[in-house]
This record gives sequence, structure tokens and C-alpha cells, in this order.
Amino acid sequence: MDTSAGLYLAMARGSFRRYSTYRVATLAGAFTNTVFGCILAATFLALWRARPGLGGYDTTQAVTYIWVSQALLVAVAAWGGGFQDDLQARLRTGDIAVDLYRPVDFLGWWLAADLGRAAFQLLTRGAVPLVAGVLLFHARLPHSVLTWTLFLCSVLLAITVSFGLRFLVSVTGFWLDDSEGLRSLMLVVSMFLSGMLLPLGLFPDGLRQAAQALPWASLVQVPCDLFLEHRTGRAAVAALGFQLVWAVLLFAAGRVAQSLATRKVVVQGG
Amino acid sequence: MAESSLIASPPAERLSVEPLPAESPVARLRWAVVSWRLAAAMWMRAAMSYRANFLLTSVGSLLATFLDFLVLVLMLRHTGRLGGWTLPEIGLLYGTSSFALGVADVLVGSVEGLGQRIASGTLDVLLIRPAPALSMVCAERFTLRRLGRPLQGLLVLGWSMGALPIAWTWPKLLLLAALLVSGTVIFGAIFVAGATVQFWWGESREFQNAFTYGGATLLSHPPGIYGKQLLAGVTFGVPLAFVNWLPLLYLLGRPDPLGLPPAFELASPLVAALSVLGAALAWRAGLRAYRGTGS
Repeated sequence: MDTSAGLYLAMARGSFRRYSTYRVATLAGAFTNTVFGCILAATFLALWRARPGLGGYDTTQAVTYIWVSQALLVAVAAWGGGFQDDLQARLRTGDIAVDLYRPVDFLGWWLAADLGRAAFQLLTRGAVPLVAGVLLFHARLPHSVLTWTLFLCSVLLAITVSFGLRFLVSVTGFWLDDSEGLRSLMLVVSMFLSGMLLPLGLFPDGLRQAAQALPWASLVQVPCDLFLEHRTGRAAVAALGFQLVWAVLLFAAGRVAQSLATRKVVVQGG
Repeated sequence: MAESSLIASPPAERLSVEPLPAESPVARLRWAVVSWRLAAAMWMRAAMSYRANFLLTSVGSLLATFLDFLVLVLMLRHTGRLGGWTLPEIGLLYGTSSFALGVADVLVGSVEGLGQRIASGTLDVLLIRPAPALSMVCAERFTLRRLGRPLQGLLVLGWSMGALPIAWTWPKLLLLAALLVSGTVIFGAIFVAGATVQFWWGESREFQNAFTYGGATLLSHPPGIYGKQLLAGVTFGVPLAFVNWLPLLYLLGRPDPLGLPPAFELASPLVAALSVLGAALAWRAGLRAYRGTGS
């Protein structure tokens, strides 16, 4: 048990270091997140100026929402990516066969790698837009340590839920040869239902309740609400519970899919 | 290395590095377009061999852009207006910018993969082909599935035109057509110029997204909600304002938040031509600065 924990930790650390070598890409990405943040924050300002208190957020909260969601976008891989690119490339080349006979759990292996990636991107592509938001648009950072703790727990759960979803998509590559198509559909659903484009509270009735119950809400909406102290106390704990339930369900589904997929693999040699 | 040396028929006889004096700029441009078309057709055939995948990504692309507009609709549902603009007016902004970006993306968007080619050393392969490298890079992985965005932009544009109380006379329609063409050309130039940065910073792929996709997001909202500095930046710096903001201000008879002379509102075709020139110069400079690894 001890050695396997060490193994996953080493895997995550390696992945963190791997991403840290792409310096220019990180810088370019942080710049782009910041530009998007500026554009969307101006839009939200205009919207909330016309209707203060829209969706239960005050104007500062609305602007902060944009910057927190931009900060989370890449870390929680709201539009896919991360380990998916590696996994799909290995499916195409057939290297996946090597991964399957490693004495390590397949799902755990990729989860560790993805957590390492997310940690790096949270520290860089997360921190830069957030700081820019505070400086340029007076985004409000929470003062209480408890809020920060709850937020970080929620981000960790957001990454795991996102991993569960992306794993299910990529595993279809065992059947579809190329899961790129499904992935682009997933991107659409995920961007919309995660609250990345618009807080779910602004959705019309029916769609709102549905979106709030689906796993994608865990990706952006829930961590943002905790950061903004829009949900506190018991509601905050319930929000974390919601994320945890989806993480567990998706992992179970991922396990089933994995065992079905490995039964299907035909190694062609060569 | 000058691209022109790589132009024209039997490659075996054309190994000299000197540009060929006999070829006029028009013939060279024609050859660039023809080679783009050939490469695009090849990639299209390749994509069609994964039929289910092609269908899913096409639907995905259409839905993705549809949701973009749905977000605007949901916003306007709460306020009625955004920055003083009604939904059909914003639909005009959205439809035109989405169309321009979408067509530019279909035609030249793949150029953003340049950095990967440089990193893997496969750009050299393109440079020794008897076709312009820019055509090859732009046509890479060409597929019609990306038509979803411009198609949806056109639908929104059509709806907005019907919903607005404007008599669509010929001069107005002509202006709109000129806007769509110039806008597409400007976005195309931004794609190429942005990708050129990757000759120096290979991993900077995402940098240009701020101007292409970020630009389209910016242009689907009324200019009045942004700060004056930003507006000046996209007028005199990266010429995004000429894609649709300025011509549409003219078309809708709205005042320019920057108070620029009216000539600016009709300058889009000129700005488009200048952008192409700028992008072409940038590409040449980049190609000259490029050093293969000899792989």
C-alpha cells in the first residue's frame, strides 16, 4: 500500500515537472485567459449594471466569478485535454498495450498524472488571471481561511470529477478507434453546463435545476460559489458532498468501462 | 529560404535556391491557391474515412457555436438590452463576427499547428515540397466539419436582419457583403500573423487565441461596454474593430464611442488589404528566421 502511494505521488510529481517545462506555452495560455477574463468581465459589468443582483450575485461577485472561472478553466480541463491527449495518442499508436500490462492500476496511473498537471496549471494559469482580475477589475478575494480551504477541497474534487468524465470519453476510443468526435461534443456540454459561459443561476427554470444536478456543475459553478461565499456553512458542505458523490459514481463507471475495454483489446504485435 | 524557389512543376529540375524571375506574382498566387486546394482535398478524404467521427465533430461544432449565441439570448432575457443594444442588433454583431472567424478558421486556421511541426522537425518536409509552405500548413487537417461555426453565424445573421426594422436596400446589402469578406480576410491575416510568432516561440500557440477566438467574443458584444483604451487598441493595434464594429455602427446609425471620423467606418476593405500585407511580411520574416534541425 505504502509503495503504491509513493508510486502515484512520483507519477504526479513527474507530470507536474513535465508541464513546468513548457514555459512559453504556460505564459501564452495565462495571457489568453487574462484577455478572455477582461472581455467577459466587461460584459458582466454591463449586464449587472442593468440588473443589479442578477442570479443572487452582487456586481463584485459577478466580476469575481469571471476571474475565478478563467482561473479554473484549464486546471479542471473544462474543455477537455490534459491526460486525454496522451491517452488518445497512445491508443492510436498502440502503446496503450504497454500501459495495460504495467503492474499499476490503469485508471490510477492516469489520475495521478492528471492531478500533477492540474496542480501546475492551477498555480500558473490559475494564479495569473486571478491576480490580473484583482488588479484590473477589483475582483474580491475571500478573507477567511475556511473559505480558502473549502475552495481548494472543491477544486480538488472538481478535477477528479472532470477526470472521471474525460476518462469515460477517452475510453470509448477502445471501440470507436478515434474518440475525437465524442470529445468535441463533450466540450460543448461541459462548457455550457459547468457554468463556464454563464452562471447556472441565470439559466431558465427547468434547465437550471437540471444543470445544477448534473456532474458538470462540479467543475466551475460549485468551486466558484464557494470562493464567492455564495454558499456557506451547511450549503458549502452539501456542495462538497455533491461533488464527492459524482466523483465516486464516475470512478465506478470508469472502472466498469475499463474492464470492458481491456477485454476488447487485441494486441497486434509488431 | 524564399518560397518562390519551390514553386512550379518538375521539382527535380528546380533545385536552384534563386527565385525564378519568369513567374509573375499573379501566377505565384494562383499556384499557392491551387496547392492549398489540392492539399485540402487530400485531408478531407482522409477525414472522411472516419465517418462516425466526422459526423459527431460536425454536430459538435454546430452545437458549440449555437450555445455561444444561446448564452447571449439568456443574458438578454434578464435585461432586454446590453450596453443599449437589443438582441437583433447583438445578433448582427454575433452573426458577422462568427461568420468571419469561422470561414477564416476553415481556410487558414490550421496554421496554428505550425509550432508542432517545428518541434517535430516536419516543417522541413514541407519546405522541400514544390508548393508554398504556407499553403501546406494552412490546408493541414482541413475538414469541412468546421463549417458549423460560419453556418450558424449566417443563420443568426439572417434572423437578425429579418428582426431589425431596417429596409435592406442594395447599398446596405453590399456593405454587409463587403463587411463579411473584409472581416474574414482580417481574421485570416490574424491567424497567419499570430502563428508566425511560433517561428520564434514554438509553444506560443495559445497566444493567438486571445486575438482570434477572444476577438470573436469581443466583437459579439457592443463596443460601448468596453473601456476606451481597449477600443483604441483594437482599432489602431490589432485591427479587430474593422471586422464588424465600425461598419455596423455605420449601418445601424449608432455613434462611435471613440468619436472617430466616419471614414473609419468604411475603411474595412483597405484595412483588410493592409492586414494581408502585414501577415505576408511577418510570415516571410519568420520563414527566413527559421533554422531546421537537419532531421
